[in-house]
Amino acid sequence: MAQARSRSSRLRLGIAEHATGMIASVLFLAPIVWTVLSAFKPSQEARLPPLPPWPTTGFSVENYGTLNTFGDGLWLPAQNSIYVSTMTVVFSVIVSVLAGYGFSRFRFPFKDLLFVVILSTIMIPFQSILTPIFLVLTKIGLHNTLTGLVCVYVTLQLPFSIFMMRNAFDAVPREIEEAARMDGANNVTMLIRVMLPLVWPGIVTIALFAFLGAWNEFLAALVLMTDQSKFTLPIMMTALQSGRFGAIDWGAVQAGVTVMMVPCLILFLLLQRFYIRGLMAGAVK
Amino acid sequence: MTTIAATSAPARPRKLVGAGRRQWVGLLYVAPAVALVVVFFIIPLGMTAWMSLHNWPLMGEHSFIGLANYWAILRDTRFWNALRFTGWYTLVVTIAIFAVAFPLALFIERPRRLTGFYRTSFFMPAVIGFASASLLWSWLLNVDSGLFSPAAFDLGLTEKKVNLLATFQPAFWSIIAMVVWKVAGFTMIILMTGLQSIPSELQEAAMIDGAGPFARFRAITLPLMRRTLALALILSVAGSILAFDQFYIILRGGPRNQTLTAVYWIFNQSFVSFKLGYGAALSMILLAILVALSMVQLWLLRKPEGVD
Repeated sequence: MAQARSRSSRLRLGIAEHATGMIASVLFLAPIVWTVLSAFKPSQEARLPPLPPWPTTGFSVENYGTLNTFGDGLWLPAQNSIYVSTMTVVFSVIVSVLAGYGFSRFRFPFKDLLFVVILSTIMIPFQSILTPIFLVLTKIGLHNTLTGLVCVYVTLQLPFSIFMMRNAFDAVPREIEEAARMDGANNVTMLIRVMLPLVWPGIVTIALFAFLGAWNEFLAALVLMTDQSKFTLPIMMTALQSGRFGAIDWGAVQAGVTVMMVPCLILFLLLQRFYIRGLMAGAVK
Repeated sequence: MTTIAATSAPARPRKLVGAGRRQWVGLLYVAPAVALVVVFFIIPLGMTAWMSLHNWPLMGEHSFIGLANYWAILRDTRFWNALRFTGWYTLVVTIAIFAVAFPLALFIERPRRLTGFYRTSFFMPAVIGFASASLLWSWLLNVDSGLFSPAAFDLGLTEKKVNLLATFQPAFWSIIAMVVWKVAGFTMIILMTGLQSIPSELQEAAMIDGAGPFARFRAITLPLMRRTLALALILSVAGSILAFDQFYIILRGGPRNQTLTAVYWIFNQSFVSFKLGYGAALSMILLAILVALSMVQLWLLRKPEGVD
């Protein structure tokens, strides 16, 4: 009797828990789903309140077409965003793999000092040094260029990614390295042939963070990219949403937000465990 | 193989050959990172301090004016208003984020069916950018084409469509709701790592001793999570003090400039009014606040005494 009651109360508790979980999930997912669905409404319908969120007067990709007629179109800022994010990934991986290897496996003068200096830049908000960054970029002829923006983004990634990579290299047992050295491997082949296959999960993590960081960054791109042809997606979409290109077309905003969100969501869903790993590494240390 | 190693460090003195030379090679590996940090961080940092002592317009000559910018800040009531607003926003949003994230962390920490699905859906808004989230919510909050006002009107909750962004209170709380939606999942994961690091034997022992869930939470969970809580708190506070995107995109600092944050004010002074020297002085104040916060963080995150 007592047992039966406890079983039924446990069942009730389980149902209540899952109901709570489902409601919370819906609340968190709704704005995303709402936007993605609404973007497929025809232009006329997209101007009305999104009730219901799905298209009722026919499925259409008209909003993406409209989005393409503003300013330099959709493709140019999308290309800029893709270029900046890809380059940020490539260079932050190269620079932090080299630095992580250097900090993990060599002893050299000022090593600890350099490591602490690089790591402590995470305490300084880059928002407070944007003006001088602008002047430095002007000085070296990179102002208003995507390359300049990439340099800034890579630098912002370094404290986290060098920390990650040094830990990844530290975790590789010395014996593996010694065995390879016996076989005649020098530093460079050691790094590429022996070490890289062992630290690749760390590389995926820092690449993912670099991509999301660069793809989503707003303030630096807003300040440093003054030429409309150099706008990244967030800057172009904000210009559109502020009415810079005439009346605000909310259908185009929904389409643009979808274009900005979907790559992040797909990458996260595919590489979730690497993302959580990165967060944990940051949180545990 | 020796040749490659040797050519990568050709100018080193002879006595460093052998173990010593291999050591210097390390400097080459870290050189690109150091160069980037120096050019795009250390030098700009020094320049900010230097510029803050100058009258520095975008065009034309700059002139040294000593501490005049800092004296001007003392009289700049709009900056202090922005700072006060930033402080209020930071306080409210941090409490709100924790009020949502902590229950979520406790919820997903216990293994049950669908935990993975719940965790992923709570976390999804955290991976989209602040700019995307702000654009999305600027649409949802729009009075004519958005969701909230028309839905409230259709349900008969309001007599006419209310423009949520026209007055301070609804605009402010709309931003709070948007930020909680976007950030709670992130804080949840951080808190979850802390919860998972608590040995389950401890909880079980306390349960056998007859401690209820609330007593266990207060006596075991909270104290053992001190470092994680401190980390989540600092991340939330630092992020909120630097808030810009959502106020710029959704509210443009309005209504009536009441939601200008500190970073927003610096942005206006530096890149709208082009008073670069004055903007640099404001930046130094912001920098001092963040560095002080980092010091508090290091103190809160110190390892408990006696543990490694």
